[in-house]
Amino acid sequence: MADTSLIRRAVTARSQLFLILLVLAAILVPVLNLAVPAGSFFHLPSYAVSLFGKYLCYALLALSVDLIWGYCGILSLGHGAFFALGGYAMGMHLMREIGSRGVYGDPLLPDFMVFLNWQELPWFWHGFGSFPFAVLMALLVPGVLAFIFGWFAFRSRVTGVYLSIITQAMTYALMLAFFRNEMGFGGNNGLTDFKDVLGFNLQSDATRAGLFVVTAAALAGGYLLCRWVVGSKAGKVLVAVRDAESRTRFLGYKVEHYKLFVFTLSAMLAGIAGALYTPQVGIINPSEFSPANSIEIVVWVAVGGRGTLVGAVIGALIVNGAKTLFTGWFPEIWLFALGALFVVVTLFMPQGVLGLARGQGGLAEGAKRALAFLEQAGIKRKGTGS
Amino acid sequence: MKETRALLYLDDVTVSFDGFKAINGLSLFVEPGELRAVIGPNGAGKTTMMDIITGKTRPDSGKVLWKGEHDLTKLDEADAARLGVGRKFQKPTVFETHTVEDNLLLALKADRRVIPTLFARTRKDEQARIDAMLALIRLEARRADLAADLSHGQKQWLEIGMLLAQEPELLLVDEPAAGMTDDETMETAKLLRDIAGERSVIVVEHDMAFVRELDVKVSVLHEGSVLAEGSLDHVSADPRVIEVYLGR
Ligand SMILES: Nc1ncnc2c1ncn2[C@@H]1O[C@H](COP(=O)(O)OP(=O)(O)OP(=O)(O)O)[C@@H](O)[C@H]1O
Ligand SMILES: [Mg+2]
Repeated sequence: MADTSLIRRAVTARSQLFLILLVLAAILVPVLNLAVPAGSFFHLPSYAVSLFGKYLCYALLALSVDLIWGYCGILSLGHGAFFALGGYAMGMHLMREIGSRGVYGDPLLPDFMVFLNWQELPWFWHGFGSFPFAVLMALLVPGVLAFIFGWFAFRSRVTGVYLSIITQAMTYALMLAFFRNEMGFGGNNGLTDFKDVLGFNLQSDATRAGLFVVTAAALAGGYLLCRWVVGSKAGKVLVAVRDAESRTRFLGYKVEHYKLFVFTLSAMLAGIAGALYTPQVGIINPSEFSPANSIEIVVWVAVGGRGTLVGAVIGALIVNGAKTLFTGWFPEIWLFALGALFVVVTLFMPQGVLGLARGQGGLAEGAKRALAFLEQAGIKRKGTGS
Repeated sequence: MKETRALLYLDDVTVSFDGFKAINGLSLFVEPGELRAVIGPNGAGKTTMMDIITGKTRPDSGKVLWKGEHDLTKLDEADAARLGVGRKFQKPTVFETHTVEDNLLLALKADRRVIPTLFARTRKDEQARIDAMLALIRLEARRADLAADLSHGQKQWLEIGMLLAQEPELLLVDEPAAGMTDDETMETAKLLRDIAGERSVIVVEHDMAFVRELDVKVSVLHEGSVLAEGSLDHVSADPRVIEVYLGR
C-alpha cells in the first residue's frame, strides 16, 4: 500500500538534491575550466564545457516532453521541431550579430543570402537584430505552432498513436521546408559561423562557461516551473486526463483546454532549450527537425523514468553521455545500442532508472520480468548432459 | 420549443450507428427531484440514452432540453457536467494514481477553467466538504491512500462520493447493482432514494428486485423508444412488456 505522504516528502527531497547538484555543477564546471590551470589533472577542457552545456539543453528538452507525456499522456514524437525552432530563432540573431564580419562582408545580409544573390533581408528576418526579440521569438514561435497544432488535434480528440504520428509528420514537414534554400534559413547548411552573443566572443572560454551557467539556471527554472504545474490542482487534472480521460470530461473539465495549455507550455520550454543549444554547439541546421531526433527524446525520458521530471533529466544525461562515448568508440552501432536500450527499459524497467532507485518496478522486479521474458522466448539454459 | 417544467426533456431523439437505430424517436420527461428507473432488455439503448444526455453521443435528430433552456445535444461532456449532469459508470472509474482525497478534490464543484485551476488553493470550506464526504463514504482512514489500493466496493463508494461532491442536479446511474451482493443492492437502492428529492436521478438496472425496492416510476425501453411507463406493477402487467421480456 502506498503511503502518499512519504512519497510526497521523497519528491521534495529529490527536488532539493537535484537543484543542489545543479548549482554545484554550475559552480564546478566553470571553476574547473577557468581557474584550474590547463596542465592540472582537475582541469576541465573547454570542449567539455560546451558538451555539458549541450547535455543540459537536452535535459531541459526531456523535461518538456516528460511534462506532457509523463503527466498528461500526450506522446509527442515531434518535440524536436519546437527545439529546432527555438534554435533557429537564436541562430537568426547570432547571424545578424556577425554583421560585416562575414566572408562576403555584407553589413546587412548573412553570407548565405549574399551567396544566393538576395538583395534584401526577407521580412521575417527583421527584428532578429535584437537579442530580446530573438528570445521572445524562441518562446513564441514554438508556442504559437504548438497552440495551433494542438487546437486542431485536441479539439478533434486525436489521441494515442494517431497523435504521435501527426507530430512526426509535423517535424518531418518542417525538416523538408527548412532544407529548401528559398525558405530563407540557410538551406541544408543551416545557420553557423557565429561570432559573438551580446558582445561576448563565442569562442572564448569565459563565454562558454557563462552559457553553461545560464543553461543550468534555465534548467533549474524549467524544473521549478514544471514542478509547480504538476503540483497544482491543474496538474492533478492533467494526471486525471492521462489515467481516465473520459471520466475527467464527465467531471466538467474541458480536456482539450488542459492539453492545449500543457502542450503549448511544453513547446515553449523546448524552444528555450533550443535557443540555448545553438550558441553552444555553434550551428543549427534542418537535421535537428529529423523525426529520429524526436523519438530519441522520448527514449531519454523512458530511460530516466517517465512522470518524475528528475528522471527525464537523468535519462537525457545518461543516454547522451553514452552516445558521446559510443559514437567515439564504435559509431556504427550506436543506433542499435539505443534501440536495445529502449527495448530493455520498456520491458524490464517500466519506471526507468529512477524506478530502480525507488525500489518500485526496481531491480528485483526487473530481474523477474527478464526471467519470465526469457522463459517465454524459450531462451532457457539447456542442460549440460548429452 | 415546448414550455416545460421538466428538468430534462428528451424530445423525439433518434440516433443510428451504421444505419441501425439504437435510439428511435425516444421521448422522456424527468421532473426536478424525481427518481426514475429505466429498464429494458440488452441492446435496448439505455446506455446510449445516457451517452446522449451527457453530450458524449450526438443524436441525428431531436432535442434534449435542460430546464427548458439549454439543448444538451449542442454541448459536449464537460459542458453538460458543468450544467449539472453527473454520471456514474457501470465499471467504477476513479483516478487510480490519485489519492482518495485528491479524487474528491477534483470532483468538488469549483471553477473548472485551466488558469483558475492552476492557481487554485483548497479553501477551508472545500476541505470541510471533502472531510464530510470522506465520512459519508466511510473512507476517512484511507484518505491519503491511492485510489488504486481500494477494494472494488470502496471504489464504488468513492465514485459515488465524487458524484455527490460534483453537486449535480441530475444523476445518471448505469447498472449500479451489477456485481453486488443482495445486501449491497438494497443499501444502494436506499442510498439512491435518499439522494433523489434534492436532485433528480435516472437509474438503469436489470435487477428487478432492485427496481422493486426503488418503488418509483419505471420507463421500459425497447428498440430505442419507450414501450411503457408507470409503476413497476403497471408496466409488468403490460402485455407488450411481457412479450419483450419473456417472448425471447
Ligand atoms: N458506438 C456504437 N457504435 C455502434 N453501435 C453501438 C454503439 N453504441 C451502442 N451501439 C449499439 O446500440 C444498441 C444499444 O446499445 P446500448 O449499449 O445503449 O444498450 P443497453 O440498453 O445499454 O444494453 P445493456 O443492457 O446490454 O447495457 C446496441 O445494439 C449496441 O450494439
Ligand atoms: Mg448498457
